Amino acid sequence: MNWVAENAGLILALAVQHLRLSLLPIVLGFAIALPLGYLAHRYRPTRGVLLTALGLLYTIPSLALFVALPVVTGISVLSEANVVTALTIYAVAIQARSVADALDSVDPDVRQAATALGYSGWRRFWAVEFPLAGPVMLAGLRVVAVSTIALVTVGILVGVKSLGYLFTNGFQRRILEEVLSGVVMTMLLALLVDLVLALLGRAVMPWTRIGTPAPRRAAP
Amino acid sequence: MSVFLEALAWLFSPERLGAGGIPQRIGEHLWFTLIAFALASAIAVPLGYLVGHTGRGREVAVAVAGAARALPSFGLILLLVMLVGVLQIGAAVTAALVILAIPSILAGAYAGIEAIDRRTIDAARAVGMTEWQVLTRVEIPLGLPLLLSGMRNGVLQIVATATLAGYVGLGGLGDDILQGIALRNYPQTLGGALLVVALALVLDGVFAVLERVAVPHGVRKRGGALPRSSSASRTPAASAAN
Amino acid sequence: MSIEFRGVRKAFPDGTVAVEDFSLVIPSRTTTVLLGSSGCGKTTLLRMVNRMVDPSAGTVLIDDEDVAAVDPVALRRRIGYVMQNSGLLPHRRVADNIATVPRLNGVAKDAARERALQLMDTVGLDRSLADRYPAQLSGGQQQRVGVARALAAEPNILLMDEPFGAVDPIVRAELQQELIRLRRELEKTVVFVTHDVDEAFLLGDQVVLLQRGGRIAQAGTPAEILANPASDFVADFVGAGRGRRSLRVEEIDGVLVVVDADGRPAGVLADEARTAPGSATRGNRAQ
Ligand SMILES: Nc1ncnc2c1ncn2[C@@H]1O[C@H](COP(=O)(O)OP(=O)(O)O)[C@@H](O)[C@H]1O
Ligand SMILES: [Mg+2]
Repeated sequence: MNWVAENAGLILALAVQHLRLSLLPIVLGFAIALPLGYLAHRYRPTRGVLLTALGLLYTIPSLALFVALPVVTGISVLSEANVVTALTIYAVAIQARSVADALDSVDPDVRQAATALGYSGWRRFWAVEFPLAGPVMLAGLRVVAVSTIALVTVGILVGVKSLGYLFTNGFQRRILEEVLSGVVMTMLLALLVDLVLALLGRAVMPWTRIGTPAPRRAAP
Repeated sequence: MSVFLEALAWLFSPERLGAGGIPQRIGEHLWFTLIAFALASAIAVPLGYLVGHTGRGREVAVAVAGAARALPSFGLILLLVMLVGVLQIGAAVTAALVILAIPSILAGAYAGIEAIDRRTIDAARAVGMTEWQVLTRVEIPLGLPLLLSGMRNGVLQIVATATLAGYVGLGGLGDDILQGIALRNYPQTLGGALLVVALALVLDGVFAVLERVAVPHGVRKRGGALPRSSSASRTPAASAAN
Repeated sequence: MSIEFRGVRKAFPDGTVAVEDFSLVIPSRTTTVLLGSSGCGKTTLLRMVNRMVDPSAGTVLIDDEDVAAVDPVALRRRIGYVMQNSGLLPHRRVADNIATVPRLNGVAKDAARERALQLMDTVGLDRSLADRYPAQLSGGQQQRVGVARALAAEPNILLMDEPFGAVDPIVRAELQQELIRLRRELEKTVVFVTHDVDEAFLLGDQVVLLQRGGRIAQAGTPAEILANPASDFVADFVGAGRGRRSLRVEEIDGVLVVVDADGRPAGVLADEARTAPGSATRGNRAQ
């Protein structure tokens, strides 16, 4: 544990860098996935095509995507932008399906009731469907966040620094603590972001916090 | 697109067929995938069935699957190689692949059983089936599509992680990718990447077909589509990390 | 406000003809019940009034104005709609649910909440429930919230689609009585959909019995339908044909008791009815 104490500064700096690299794909991924998921939810024929295509992107192993993406984007293999783009693609692939499923999960009765009350389409989406799809979308977002944070480390193989630096550096210098601290810090970071998202979800979706329905009262 | 052609040229150049060539790299990659998948399934399927059938340990299984998603696969490989010793790289990498594949398969196994209508299972007990018969005649067949879906995620996880094993000198298709980066030989890197992608897509396709075939006849919808729960399970319920 | 269906038809895109050719006049400030078994087109007809469904042919008029010419969103905000599973917004508290339409119409938050609390009194809900979420209410309470919400925009028309279908019989009876009271106080044009004959006869000034495809088997007051079923279908449906609803008066221990066809007591004869016992031998409204 000596190594950790002596290199706390490095670990912290890498953790901050790691977080910076992960947040962008998480946020961008959600922003792009929302309209795509809506399309897949709204127009049945697009659902199969869109989600299958995204599913195929998702099967591409990360290292392969990191090195093959520049052929399409023209960005340098060794740049941060390349890694961020690749991770955004994964995020969209997961999140678009989760948005579509989330919107599908909204009770049709509630949707009908909102229409009957006089919500126009756009307004109904933001006031009713979007918040009610919230819990399922949040579950998807948490999966994206955690897996993105884990995946960022692979970037070190194409020269993009994150906590993954501790893996390769520790391996070359045969310092077990270094590799171990990289693994532990990555997981801590992931669990921390996951926790923050979960708490945020509770704060903005208070109705999900109510437990079982109140016991039936005598009065109807 | 000329890099693309160069990559293809590199892939199909005659010297790529001998020792250290493409067939050998694919063979290594597949071999590791197969061993790790078999071991992971041997552990995760019975465990998942136990959790699914008894309903006990569900929280633990969910927590394990969640934590596994946060596990950086590359770091895990290096950590195990260092722990076990450089002489046992094969064993260390296999162990890492197994650890990473277990959560998806476990989740598929218990989710498959959990997703079955409780009334169906009650009815099976009510007609006098033993617990073993309930498991083997009702829960396993009905849960098969979701299990396969979990296995599909597990296999993709293994294929992706095995690519990273090139870093510790274990061969496989990652070897070409990383060597290409080190030698600044981009066609080689891209060629290796294309092969990994092709391998992943083929395995994904195989499992897609298996999933479809595994849906019991009575449950199959018109047009042979999968039941909703099955298609929805690919993500995000199952583990996601490359 | 009066409602008129003029030769409406509805064929859904999948080819289902839910309504073939339907015409009906619903007078202002009356309650009309659309009665029929599941799938006969009741919901489709009801939704033509607030343009949740647009007819494939024919017109629907409100006070002689074709609804097709009215903006659907504006139209819906002035028509109350209550549905079976209350359709409450699960992410909004009770008071916010009730205040939905006033808020959509731009009423200030405080004023809308005050209005919501008043409406809770109107429909017999305790104000202490105002800050609960729908999932924290019983089925009957949810249904009351649904009614309050429909009343919030002070609509002249109230559409109710099997509103009490999902609650138990005791609660349903209470809600029915409550509706009768509300209707007296508020004087709205109510269109009420149900598959329950007793409910239809209890609530309807006019009852329209429907067959598949929205074909009218008979329309009239409950008494007219019971007295003169237009067909065997009607007689069967309302139970008149099989004697289920034929009651007769027997004297037991000096009291006149009304009994049904099987001899089970249905009630005692009220004093004013004694002078003409024959009038109580038909119809179930003797209670
Ligand atoms: N959106 C729709 N698309 C296709 N068919 C529909 C649709 N809505 C209703 N139907 C069909 O129209 C018929 C009448 O439906 P509905 O008006 O809901 O009947 P009810 O309310 O009397 O039960 C039924 O056969 C139903 O299946
Ligand atoms: Mg209906």
